[in-house]
Amino acid sequence: MTALPIPAPVIEILGLYKDYQTPAGPFPVLKEVNLAIHVGEFVAIMGPSGSGKSTFMNILGCLDRPTSGAYVLEGQDVARMNKDATARLRGQALGFVFQGFNLLPRMSLEDNVALPLVYCNTPKEERRRRARALLAKVGLEQYASSLPNRISGGQQQRVAIARALVNTPRLILADEPTGNLDSHTSKEIMELFSDLNREGITIVLVTHEPDIALYAHRQVRFLDGRIVHDAPTRESTHLTAPESIC
Amino acid sequence: MLIGMFHEAWSAMGANRMRSLLTMLGMVIGVGAVVLMMAIGQGAQYAVAESINSMGSNLFIVLSGGTNSGGVRSGTGSAPSLTTADADAIRELSGVAAASPSQNGSAQLVHGALNWNTSVIGAVPDYLEVRSWSLASGDPFTASDLRSATRVALIGQTAAENLFADEDPVGKTLRIGQAPYQILGVLAKKGQSLDGRDQDDVLIVPLTTAQRKLFGTPFQGSVRSIMVKAERAETMPQVEIAINDLLRQRHRIREGQDSDFSVRNLTAIADSAAETTRVMSLLLGAIASVSLLVGGIGIMNIMLVSVTERTREIGIRMAIGARERDVLTQFLLEAIIISVVGCLIGLAIGIGGAVLINRLTDTPVVISGSTVLVAFSVAAATGIFFGFYPARKAARLDPIEALRYQ
Repeated sequence: MTALPIPAPVIEILGLYKDYQTPAGPFPVLKEVNLAIHVGEFVAIMGPSGSGKSTFMNILGCLDRPTSGAYVLEGQDVARMNKDATARLRGQALGFVFQGFNLLPRMSLEDNVALPLVYCNTPKEERRRRARALLAKVGLEQYASSLPNRISGGQQQRVAIARALVNTPRLILADEPTGNLDSHTSKEIMELFSDLNREGITIVLVTHEPDIALYAHRQVRFLDGRIVHDAPTRESTHLTAPESIC
Repeated sequence: MLIGMFHEAWSAMGANRMRSLLTMLGMVIGVGAVVLMMAIGQGAQYAVAESINSMGSNLFIVLSGGTNSGGVRSGTGSAPSLTTADADAIRELSGVAAASPSQNGSAQLVHGALNWNTSVIGAVPDYLEVRSWSLASGDPFTASDLRSATRVALIGQTAAENLFADEDPVGKTLRIGQAPYQILGVLAKKGQSLDGRDQDDVLIVPLTTAQRKLFGTPFQGSVRSIMVKAERAETMPQVEIAINDLLRQRHRIREGQDSDFSVRNLTAIADSAAETTRVMSLLLGAIASVSLLVGGIGIMNIMLVSVTERTREIGIRMAIGARERDVLTQFLLEAIIISVVGCLIGLAIGIGGAVLINRLTDTPVVISGSTVLVAFSVAAATGIFFGFYPARKAARLDPIEALRYQ
């Protein structure tokens, strides 16, 4: 069997530092982070609170900029882009899924799903068609014209995933997507992520629950602003991982 | 894109209907007040302009001086110092369009069973030009009527109505005392003068007729006043000086001596009346504008609250691809919609109020297109101006902070 050419990574992070400015001077949150994520990977980012994983996710999501170092997303250096360009990346290359779902409460589910398309000038009919299709994909087409507060948390998260998918992004960033859900619903959501991953979408997920991280194929663990563990998921990790780490 | 955003802004306002309405109310009252005040102010200006035009434009009146007999001083116009010859001389001055000596009085007019007391003006044919007065029907009297002091007259509309009722007065004869006067023409309607007199309650006869057959004069050819019309408004100061110089020379008044006549610029009086109403309408507009300003500040206030309240929403929008510009546009659109819709309602109320005032009190009101245009653009500008700061505040939010906001 011949070796496949190694594809360029979707995400490439080199020597990334992030300081927060505090009255007492700069406070380092991320120190010398290096990471490459390739197309089709399903990565779980773990670590205790304060370890820098949320800051790292914000940088991955083009919401924040590194203090130094390079962040290359699909071959483009994000650190050098202006605000409009990063906004375009957020809208078109990335899909966000949040812990708190973050649907707009005054809009119908269909409009919520279609919202990212508004910011890239998709015609109204096309927006409708794609929003309907994605709601159907997550099994909620019958609620298209309902408001978010009419459905359950698990259903809201499905809608949020549909919204993240509406621009057919290559990469989905999920920040504790199951943090507000019970274990049964969490399982459903994680299976949805697994399905999407099988369809070829790269997924990066932040979680502090080891059994959620098991769905990923690779686990990256942060501690004090550094990556201390980066390995493929093994069944045994789940069983032996000490609770204190999480 | 913009249509989608417009739709969104509209639904955002619908979500907080009461608040949007109250914010709008500030605009409604502001615009309504401006439109109403401007309508009343311009109505007053219009009324003044009407009465100025009815008096005739570019007018001087030359009055003879007073007398002093044994310490008892009579008022201006009592001395027989002006003559018809003075008027003829003034007419020759450059810059003078026409000049007419006149002798005024009043008389009891009789026609058939009706009689009526009216003011009688003895004048020369030039008088009609001086006063910019035309005839509604009939013909003016001529220089030959003046020479031979014929008993002919031009009648004003009010006097005509009172003496002739529905009949056409032209060609008819009326009596003053025992003497018959033939009506040659009916004057066009002029309306009220600045001081509220009815200018149409009048009878104009040749000056010579008035002097010889009606009122008498201290001596042949003397008149109490001469009305002069200048050719152009700009040359009025020069013409005034020229009239003064000419009459002082003709009356042989030495340097340092008081004139035995006075020249008054009637346009100046009219101008000051016009200026007064202009200032008044400006003042009304300014006061009303304050409420527009307050309305604008109300919009800013509510928009700031709205931005704070929707911080999280703004964060979400930014996370899924909204640029700063998109957020700015969204909030600016909301402010503009509030102010423009408020403005339309305010316009309707202002115009309705003006019409109502006009109906109820007979106050003249003028609603000009420019008022509507100005009110509308001021409202839109207010929306943009007072909506810009909150909208920019929204657009400059840090998406991470905004997403974290509870």
